[in-house]
Amino acid sequence: MRSLFRLVIHAGLTVALGLPALATAEVPFPDIPRGKGDKCVAPTDVIRQTHMDLLLHKRDQTMHQGIRTKQYSLRECLNCHVQAKEDGSYPDIHSKEHFCNACHSYAAVTIDCFQCHVPRPDDAANK
Amino acid sequence: MSSNNDSNGSRRTFLKGTAALAAGLAIAPGVRLLGVAKAKPDNEAVTSIVRWGMLIDTTKCSECEVCVEACHAENGIKDQGDPATTPQWIRKLMARDSLTGHVVTLPMMCQHCENPPCADVCPTGASFRRADGIVLVDRHICIGCRYCMMACPYKARSFEHINVTDQAPHAPRGKGTVEACTMCVHRVDKDQQPACVDACNERGHGAMVFGDLKDPESEISQELVRYGGTQIRADLGLNTGIRYRGI
Repeated sequence: MRSLFRLVIHAGLTVALGLPALATAEVPFPDIPRGKGDKCVAPTDVIRQTHMDLLLHKRDQTMHQGIRTKQYSLRECLNCHVQAKEDGSYPDIHSKEHFCNACHSYAAVTIDCFQCHVPRPDDAANK
Repeated sequence: MSSNNDSNGSRRTFLKGTAALAAGLAIAPGVRLLGVAKAKPDNEAVTSIVRWGMLIDTTKCSECEVCVEACHAENGIKDQGDPATTPQWIRKLMARDSLTGHVVTLPMMCQHCENPPCADVCPTGASFRRADGIVLVDRHICIGCRYCMMACPYKARSFEHINVTDQAPHAPRGKGTVEACTMCVHRVDKDQQPACVDACNERGHGAMVFGDLKDPESEISQELVRYGGTQIRADLGLNTGIRYRGI
């Protein structure tokens, strides 16, 4: 009875205000897999907004100048953030269980890093 | 294969110049000459103070393929079933003198030229020469046009035709880009030798010497000064980083 009442309210709002019924249109926030370690190399909000720029900058430094520091290295992202599942296997890059793809599929942003880079930590690269 | 005495002559002059420069550095305050040939710290860019190179003694090279196997294991290159498309970063060549019957075998790979034709023709700047002399493909900006493969006189480059999975973490490789010997740049940056050189030494052949061509004290420079070395296609004036002996 109560859910029926809510439905009527939502339908009424949608018609009356031209707004989508918020509660029913919500896309579930991705379930981001936990990495190892206590904190990331930079605050979460910085990483969320600028990780692509940081990675791009580091990429060119490593490729052209041989600078191989760990901060902002794609390999080190994977080493912490991609962890084995319960059965010991590693999540596929195309699945939402993979740290990178969990957000990228939610945000509908295609990444091509893993057409060349192996999407697993160093010690599990060939498993 | 031909030798070019002029180029060896200019190389000697060049080495003398480098030695003089190094001596100059030694007396400058705060500069350690010993540090020149050592691996740099991770956070510093490579410099042209070093130039990495290799000397291959074909008289010690036998018909084994241990360098090829080591390279492909190190860089995660797998047989794709079709020799026409399987990438080949290093290959063994055999040359027979039809008059004397003398047979020479040698490993052939990217010669890490000082003036690389691949970088000259690359339309995007993906083919480039690092300051320390290692010639690489930046596959982030490679568009797979394969001009470099046509320009390379040594047929040292390969095109990746199929989707690649399970790459080595230090050697990203993917479909639609050109790839070649990197002189195991990931190992060189850690003060290690290329995988082929290590494998050849482990097998007991010792046909490959890796080192800094600009350091007059390095083993490779000492050997080159004492016995000389030949560039393949020296007539092209590319000043290759890979030198051969016994051809």
